[in-house]
Amino acid sequence: MSKESQNKFAEIPGILGMKGWLFAAAVIIFLHFTLQLGLNAYYFQILMFAGINITLAVSLNLVNGFTGQFSMGHAGFMSVGGYMSSYLTTTYFASNPDMLQNPIISGVIFFFALIAGGVAATLAGYVVGLPSLRLRGDYLAIVTLGFGEIIRVLLLNMNIVGGARGLSGIQPLTNFFWVFIFALLTVFCVWRVVHSAKGRVLLAIREDEIAGTSMGVNTTEGKVWAFSLGAFFAGIAGGLFAHYLTTLNPGTFDFNRSFEIIIMVVLGGMGSISGSIVAAIFLTLLKEVLRPLQQITGYDLRMIIYSLVLIGMMLTRPQGIFGTSEITSLFNYFKKRLKRGAP
Amino acid sequence: MTQIALKTEKLTIQFGGLKAVNEFDIEIKSGMIFGLIGPNGAGKTTVFNMLTGVYQPTSGSIIGFNKNLVGLKPFQITHAGFARTFQNIRLFKNLTVLQNLQVAMDQNPKHKKFGLLSTLIKTAKLLESEGEKTAECLSILKIFNLDSRAEEIASNLPYGDQRRLEIARAIATGSRLLLLDEPAAGMNSKETASLMHTIKDVRKIFDATVLLIEHDMKLVMGICERIAVLDYGVKIAEGTPSEIQKNPRVIEAYLGKAATNDQAR
Ligand SMILES: Nc1ncnc2c1ncn2[C@@H]1O[C@H](COP(=O)(O)OP(=O)(O)OP(=O)(O)O)[C@@H](O)[C@H]1O
Ligand SMILES: [Mg+2]
Repeated sequence: MSKESQNKFAEIPGILGMKGWLFAAAVIIFLHFTLQLGLNAYYFQILMFAGINITLAVSLNLVNGFTGQFSMGHAGFMSVGGYMSSYLTTTYFASNPDMLQNPIISGVIFFFALIAGGVAATLAGYVVGLPSLRLRGDYLAIVTLGFGEIIRVLLLNMNIVGGARGLSGIQPLTNFFWVFIFALLTVFCVWRVVHSAKGRVLLAIREDEIAGTSMGVNTTEGKVWAFSLGAFFAGIAGGLFAHYLTTLNPGTFDFNRSFEIIIMVVLGGMGSISGSIVAAIFLTLLKEVLRPLQQITGYDLRMIIYSLVLIGMMLTRPQGIFGTSEITSLFNYFKKRLKRGAP
Repeated sequence: MTQIALKTEKLTIQFGGLKAVNEFDIEIKSGMIFGLIGPNGAGKTTVFNMLTGVYQPTSGSIIGFNKNLVGLKPFQITHAGFARTFQNIRLFKNLTVLQNLQVAMDQNPKHKKFGLLSTLIKTAKLLESEGEKTAECLSILKIFNLDSRAEEIASNLPYGDQRRLEIARAIATGSRLLLLDEPAAGMNSKETASLMHTIKDVRKIFDATVLLIEHDMKLVMGICERIAVLDYGVKIAEGTPSEIQKNPRVIEAYLGKAATNDQAR
């Protein structure tokens, strides 16, 4: 019995072994230097949004898809992370403006600010998660929705981060490298967690909480853990977003934002990482395609179209595009067929 | 000296005005197969729910392997050595047969747990432990003749196999007391007979104690060394199978009805 045969995804270590992940990181670095030369600014922006959305969708899938806890508060965690990191970088660079000249130093500062934003969001996730994860289904959804609103109102009244005016003059530190390295890191972490003993705890919680706890699983701990890890990446994404837009106000990450991420997860398949990635890219593109429509009609039809897409999906394929499968099982399928076909 | 696996004293639970279980006393020696029987609604499942921490008893004590279990959460009780199956099968339906056992095996106290960092970099120790756990799961599945179906989704198994998988999963937790709630429900007589053998094998292989609820009298009388009878939440009798079969109170409360039911079937 080989060590990894319990893990059917491990059959392709070339892609999912450590070397595969490092190769992906190298590709990101390469693209970082090449894309900036040629790519049209508009396409570049779409690419950045797609990358941030991948981080958001995959991290929300950890909570909603793999752990089965319906959270509607992802934008709230983005807010926490976005504000935290922006506050840190703006205060730092206000007193050390010359540091901006040095791309290495400013990059390192940015990295730590993003992590601090992620940690703040994690703490928020922990605080929200501990009491509310005893609730189930609809109740949890409502509480997390309320959490997003509370954050918004709090920020509205915090003068230190600009209150209703918000924060402006945030340094544009977000670039291709940071967006996609963090997207890769998110996918890597969620993938490895989900395919591990820790991940089985989450799956057990999703499948049947009573059975899980009766098999020795500490379900409360598992839920809070997933919630906090999901919040961490949402916080990072919030920071990336803020340093791309360079302005923030309490409405930047409103409920619509949470809703968008939920749609990505549902559309791609609750419990499929590949599904979330594909849906994040698809919906980012759809948004751009719909933009001219808004200019013509004068209405923001996006949410209506999203809703229609979602309803259509629920009627025809309620499990999402990918269901709970991953694109790698497709590779395995072809690999097996090739093997069988070979003489 | 034989150890006591489970001892309860005056175990009571009240739902509103209803005392579903009233001053229930039981003592089970290690290694025994113990039956808990009684008519529908007698409170048998409720006893299981109290023993496993799903319900908190209104009063009374539960001592499992010399440890007080009242007030513990279900997962803590499992770590203390109790694991159960459910009357209405509660498998992890969308997970594979193997994954169902792995979830339980991960919580087995004899296996080390790994933190986030080891999980992310997949340390050699973690892979080794995963390999051991999987091998152990497969060897348990083999006892239940389920090893060939390890990769199947649990909900695709036939009903009888689902019940057996639940027992296998309980064993994977490393528990020494197995609480089986109607393990033969919905099985035909051939499946029931083979289940009886499996339960005996399991006791021998894993040095386990078994407490089982069952309506199938052939199974109960065939494998239990001792039996307790519940009626309206009260224990009305306890003894060996032959004592129980002769007990007039039991015949009145239960066996009379069950015997006619059996004939009707
Ligand atoms: N959570 C609850 N709230 C209220 N009443 C309950 C609850 N759980 C069980 N009961 C009641 O307690 C009594 C005993 O139920 P229990 O399920 O333990 O019976 P049982 O002996 O397992 O019956 P069966 O053989 O049908 O499985 C029933 O009257 C039931 O309605
Ligand atoms: Mg019952």
